[in-house]
Amino acid sequence: MHQLSAAVFGPGFFASPQVHTAITIGAVVAIVSAVTGVFTVMRGQSFAGHALGDVSAAGGSGALLIGLTPLPGFVGAGIVGAGVMDMIGVQRLRGRDLATGIVLGAAIGCSALFLYLGTTTGAATGATQQILFGSIFTTTPGTITAVAILGALALASLAAIARPLLLATVSPDIAAARGAPVRLTGLLFMLALAVSVALSALAIGALLSTALLIGPPAAALRLAKTVPGALATACLTGVAATWLGILLAYDSYYWGPGHHSLPVSFFIVAIIFATYLATGLPAARAARRQAAGPAAAAADRGRITA
Amino acid sequence: MFTGFMINAWATATIAAIVAGAVGYFVVLRGAAFPAHAIPKGAFAGAAGASLLGINTLIGLAVFALLGALAIGTLGRRGRQDVVTALALVLMLALGAAFLSLTTQYEPEIYSLLFGQILGVSTTQILPITALGAVCIAAIALLYRPLTLSSIVPEIAEANGIRGYRIQIAFLIVVALATTMTVPVTGALLIFSLMIGPPAAARSFTSRPLLAMALSVAIALITVWAAIAASYLVNWPIGFFVGTIAALSYGTGRGWATWRRTHTGTRPATAPPRQPATDHA
Repeated sequence: MHQLSAAVFGPGFFASPQVHTAITIGAVVAIVSAVTGVFTVMRGQSFAGHALGDVSAAGGSGALLIGLTPLPGFVGAGIVGAGVMDMIGVQRLRGRDLATGIVLGAAIGCSALFLYLGTTTGAATGATQQILFGSIFTTTPGTITAVAILGALALASLAAIARPLLLATVSPDIAAARGAPVRLTGLLFMLALAVSVALSALAIGALLSTALLIGPPAAALRLAKTVPGALATACLTGVAATWLGILLAYDSYYWGPGHHSLPVSFFIVAIIFATYLATGLPAARAARRQAAGPAAAAADRGRITA
Repeated sequence: MFTGFMINAWATATIAAIVAGAVGYFVVLRGAAFPAHAIPKGAFAGAAGASLLGINTLIGLAVFALLGALAIGTLGRRGRQDVVTALALVLMLALGAAFLSLTTQYEPEIYSLLFGQILGVSTTQILPITALGAVCIAAIALLYRPLTLSSIVPEIAEANGIRGYRIQIAFLIVVALATTMTVPVTGALLIFSLMIGPPAAARSFTSRPLLAMALSVAIALITVWAAIAASYLVNWPIGFFVGTIAALSYGTGRGWATWRRTHTGTRPATAPPRQPATDHA
């Protein structure tokens, strides 16, 4: 038994303070991302969810440049970016993507400038990679508190607007007819999304931020029949993928002869992608059955499509 | 400013702008902003892989761009398009992170792949870039009618025997080719700005497809030329200028459309043009 556990968990896995931090922060971020992500995927706003990660990273590099800590830069730029996207975004889906793209393009341009100025003055070595990919192992324990507090804030505001938001998501027309504040709910959601994404981009990098925001919720929405079910499944999937990814990345140091560990982000994303593909299998089977006969497909109705 | 290596910069940037302006018109028309962002950004990982293996970065870019386009196209058939695009992107980036962790790659090289290093274009790169650019323009010309029809009125296109799925795949492949040729010039991230800003601005000025496309190419050309000149003079990265000028041109277009709507009372020019159904048959 001891040998088995030694084979699964590399030497010193449980003793490493870095692993403790990564496990904690990974779980917090995975849960916040999963909850926000279920709404993001249902509303078809994956692009905004991804773009806000880059936008807040641009704010982060700007903050570094003027000597601030990254946190206010990340959150500030995320909120401003979300506000502008919502303001110029036409309510139609295509207009919204375009607005997201324009804001993203401008933010990336600023990112290029900030990083360039940062590297010429020598203030931010390694910042390019850090901001692009990030690493869960380099997060300081101090970040955990900030991430947990702001994450809780984002979740609380989501919970407060959950009912009108769901109605506005599923059928905007009925929501508008009932007098629900569709526009305001949309804006509030964008702001909650911005805070959640800025936090995860800061804590685990823009790459993993998108992966955890979209992957587990998309897989969960394919499996679960109700929204609470999807939320629970997404949280479980996200946390499991994160922890397994951390373990594999830690162990990968002992795999090759070169003693060179692979990035955590690589493992987490690979697990998430495989999960998403696997959850598509029942739907594909149902589609084949539907092609064979409508009666056989009736059993598969009532799913939330994702 | 117009001597030696700068000549290469002007030439490649001009080709890149023409291709981005033309392909970008359909990116905006089809609402494909996310794939247009994801394919170049993910293809960057291919360049990282190519430099790990010691082969030409253009090949790495092309392979990853095409794989990304095919993944988005085929998986998007069953799943949601935006979800699939996001997941394909993070998968490619994660591979890129793994490649980079295996090399002792010099940081500025990564930076230039992402944000563009227009002043570093060598004469040997111009030929493949020009060839790929010509292929892209030819593909857009060939696909023009079915692409326009399926972008504006998908139902009518289907009724005319144009398969939406096939057109989507063909279109994504054109985006992938355009990506491959432009990334060495403008960087993986900013080709996206060129494919979004100028066409979106152009569509605010006119609703006629061909005119809008020509206008889009013109705005893209002005954007890169101004960006090169500014970058040369101030010595700031060209990406900053491309990104901000593209956003500004979009803002100008939106401002113009609003002004016209309030002052002349005409329909906004951004409304999709209607094509008669019999036009194609």
